Amino acid sequence: MTDLTDLGLKAIRGGVAAGDFTAREVAQAHNDAVAAAAELNAFIVTTPEHALAAADKVDAARAAGEELGPMAGVPIGMKDLFATKGVQSTAASHILEGFVPPYESTVSQKLWDAGAGMLGKLNMDQFAMGSSNETSYFGNVASPWKKQGSNATLTPGGSSGGSSAAVAARLCPAATGTDTGGSIRQPAAITGITGIKPTYGRCSRWGIVAFASSLDQAGPMARSVEDCAIMLGAMAGFDPKDSTSIDAPVPDWAGLLDADLTGKTVGIPREYRMDGMDAEIDASWEQGKAWLKDAGATVVDVSLPHTKYALPAYYIIAPAEASSNLARYDGVRYGLRDLPDGAGLQDMYAATRSAGFGDEVKRRILIGTYVLSAGFYDAYYTQAQKVRTLVQKDFMDAFEQCDVILAPTTPNAAFALGEMTDDPLAMYLNDVFSVPASLAGLPAMSVPATLNKDGLPLGLQIVGRPMDEQGVLNAGLAIEQRAGFTAQPEKWW
Amino acid sequence: MSVTREEVAKIASLARISMDEDALDQMVPELNNILAWVEQLGEVDTSNVEPMAAVIPQDQRLRDDVIDADPLTGGGRREDVLANAPMAEHGFYGVPKVIE
Repeated sequence: MTDLTDLGLKAIRGGVAAGDFTAREVAQAHNDAVAAAAELNAFIVTTPEHALAAADKVDAARAAGEELGPMAGVPIGMKDLFATKGVQSTAASHILEGFVPPYESTVSQKLWDAGAGMLGKLNMDQFAMGSSNETSYFGNVASPWKKQGSNATLTPGGSSGGSSAAVAARLCPAATGTDTGGSIRQPAAITGITGIKPTYGRCSRWGIVAFASSLDQAGPMARSVEDCAIMLGAMAGFDPKDSTSIDAPVPDWAGLLDADLTGKTVGIPREYRMDGMDAEIDASWEQGKAWLKDAGATVVDVSLPHTKYALPAYYIIAPAEASSNLARYDGVRYGLRDLPDGAGLQDMYAATRSAGFGDEVKRRILIGTYVLSAGFYDAYYTQAQKVRTLVQKDFMDAFEQCDVILAPTTPNAAFALGEMTDDPLAMYLNDVFSVPASLAGLPAMSVPATLNKDGLPLGLQIVGRPMDEQGVLNAGLAIEQRAGFTAQPEKWW
Repeated sequence: MSVTREEVAKIASLARISMDEDALDQMVPELNNILAWVEQLGEVDTSNVEPMAAVIPQDQRLRDDVIDADPLTGGGRREDVLANAPMAEHGFYGVPKVIE
């Protein structure tokens, strides 16, 4: 029998429906893979019983001849940013350690309703702040990939680093991620998997621990474009409990996938070609252009003049929103409380937050507090929001000339853990290609393109018009079919 | 603009994060690096540009004014609300004495 952990989401669903294997067998095989991969530290908690219970439900439904959901029999990993009823949800922070939500996030509930089961809660950068999964209170996640000829432990990217590591290592066929400035696309790119951040508002944010509310979006991470399309279809949809949820029908993205790009125009943003750009990243970008031309598309140069300012604007807006969102962690209502002897209420707040937040989280709260403080608000925050308007206008102007935009996902391949931690700013620059689409609320995905000379994956990014996930997925599929990316990390864990 | 050690201490106090001397020493240059880098936004001519209010413009929805319209997020769930509190007594959150 094929190894069930090698199968993608669609193959598992099909095999369960056809009776080639049971959902329970699939869940068991993945539970075993998760249990054997503790060295990767991809999970904060594992929930084998949840996966088995969901599988048994699917097997029973099949036996009774009932219609199966779009995720029926598929065990997935759930990023620890999602509130899951009865299962600890921490956002990889100490301050939420032991927090057991009495409710289920909208997105996770939709996935369970579609027949998926949960293998566990995936490790991540603390409160989704980070690009290397080194800010988790529960330890670093190790990428399953290694550089050729080196034994150094590499980053799986961040913030959805547990998700990318688990999917790349075949611990789960798919996982949820969230993307605020690139947290789905960057980890997907550097672990050789596929991930899409939909248009802001497609997936409900209800029950997702808030980082920067005007940017946060959930999305799927999997090993093929089609699997991403299926899972995104199960996650998306209007939710009255999220005031920014888009009230629009969810298209049948998977059913409408079409890699023929005849008549489509692909824009190449000239400002993304930066001084000192990695030659292999540049070469993969050129290759991507050739693939999309081969798929029938016309390729044109476009300009996104404010690209350079997107990242600094992001690092004002996101911390500003974070400083406000994270004010709720006060040691009163949930999570950690640190009450020094004889301390009053204010001292308790300060001690709790000092003990409960990691260094990167504190750094961002302080930046956010500063840029929102009296006297500095206009110079920093208002100016950043104006620049955000210009970044979005750049994209809208470009979309007058093209249907989708092609760019690299990241400026480099995976780096070693510890390599960037001394300089927060150097780490921030890892998001240079992903942040602009986040600021503009646009759908964007990363697909694996190739391996570099060190044997590490590189990804290509497609950005589309608002609500045009289909155009993004179609271009992604065209790349996937031509890239023929089948590389897998060699098992060492 | 750059921040002094005293200003960082003030910001930390506003953010209700206690920081010892070492933590402050480390944070000051880090914040100044980041602030010096975001300074470049000042180069952008934003006269006649509106600050973004909503990335995907939407009308604000109103729901009918019905009590407990959604039983999950309505009232009457004290046990659930208090279940994760570090200290809950007599059906309330417990906090240190506020008035001396």
